[in-house]
Amino acid sequence: MSVAIIDYGSGNLHSAAKAFERASAELAKPLSIELTRDPDAVRGADRIVLPGVGAFADCRAGLMAIDGMLEALEETVRAAQRPFLGICVGMQLMAERGLEHGLTPGFGWIGGEVQPIAPGDPDLKIPHMGWNTIQMVNQHPLLAGIPTGDDGLHAYFVHSYHLLPSDERDLVATTDYGGPVTAMVARDTFAGTQFHPEKSQKLGLKLISNFLQWAP
Amino acid sequence: MLKVRVIPCLDVKDGRVVKGVNFVDLRDAGDPVEAATAYDAAGADELCFLDITASHENRDTIFDVVQQTAERCFMPLTVGGGVRSVDDVRKLLEAGADKVSINTAAVANRAFVAEASEKFGAQCIVVAIDAKKVSGDGEPVQWQIFTHGGREPTGIDAIDFARDVVALGAGEILLTSMDRDGTRAGFDIALTSAIADAVSVPVIASGGVGTLDHLVEGVRDGHASAVLAASIFHFGDYSIRQAKEHMAAAGLAMRLDR
Repeated sequence: MSVAIIDYGSGNLHSAAKAFERASAELAKPLSIELTRDPDAVRGADRIVLPGVGAFADCRAGLMAIDGMLEALEETVRAAQRPFLGICVGMQLMAERGLEHGLTPGFGWIGGEVQPIAPGDPDLKIPHMGWNTIQMVNQHPLLAGIPTGDDGLHAYFVHSYHLLPSDERDLVATTDYGGPVTAMVARDTFAGTQFHPEKSQKLGLKLISNFLQWAP
Repeated sequence: MLKVRVIPCLDVKDGRVVKGVNFVDLRDAGDPVEAATAYDAAGADELCFLDITASHENRDTIFDVVQQTAERCFMPLTVGGGVRSVDDVRKLLEAGADKVSINTAAVANRAFVAEASEKFGAQCIVVAIDAKKVSGDGEPVQWQIFTHGGREPTGIDAIDFARDVVALGAGEILLTSMDRDGTRAGFDIALTSAIADAVSVPVIASGGVGTLDHLVEGVRDGHASAVLAASIFHFGDYSIRQAKEHMAAAGLAMRLDR
């Protein structure tokens, strides 16, 4: 199986790649992982991962700067229905639009927009930074075998914005930070996590392992 | 619910851990990658490397250390020490650091904080503030920023500076009391709460931890979002697990995943 991790100048791909290698080793599943900025490599991959740190508008601009990448994503994920995982801003980009640094269009794969998180408790710090548990809203194969809820495993978050899906069915999990904050969304063959699976130790490796076995 | 973070900090010089880490049997107590891996397994919430390499020729050793650590540890890593340019930040992030901490350079050139934050996002820019009390008894309390490991006074008010760097795009403040650093007498709680209450971003309390109660005080009384300590963990006085269980028993929300 081949996994393409899209490299569009948005930070720490190294640890994402290593986490995928570790998960595939534990599955004893031969895997080729490619960090790539080549749209044809994305077309040829069995699974696609879009990481992303920084601001929505910058990430969007970085991706659009690669000629043909958005088209390659549309073809492989939307048309050919291959499994896709967006991480952090890579997940937010699936929305219709983002509001960080002005209004910026997203891919429009998930209805809704990316808005600032607004905790009910004004003493809570922004960014939401650190380890938090997740609450499952709709079951999803990527969360199989992962204990969720207050006593569940923790995921690592660092963000000030989150994707608010317009269709409740696209919301897979939330996390509590002065009210519900979107932790994971999914539809069809694409899923995205606001938290960083590649930094989330046990929960993260399990989720990546589930992604590698996901047959939507 | 968001959990309080416990962050061990390793001083790294020329690619080696200064003073070593003795809390578990490591093949090489001076190997930062081995120490990081042990802390990862022990349940640390994040890890911090402070590069104190002085010689210019060895400046690049930290990139190797960060890269090897990021390959083995699936936990957040902050790296600081000698970060002076956008290029330094980029190289550390590319090597696998999740956050980069800026200290002296933020004081000398505040525009650097804004530039780095715009380029890489506020979430990965930590400003490390070394503060010392400068007011005498009976005077209104004041802390000022010191640079160069606490030796150089700047005359800058610590609270004003914290507000400024947050407005410029710092996503987190790593606050060290130079009065308490190395004393094991506990955090400077008045300083910690003054800064934590003045800014909207998370504050990591640092400097002076000698007991597990000190960690509790930093969060409960100092309003810090995270606590950083070095020697109490490195020398095996307390394990990360003991620290977190103690803090949980005191009513703080902690991550105790097995």
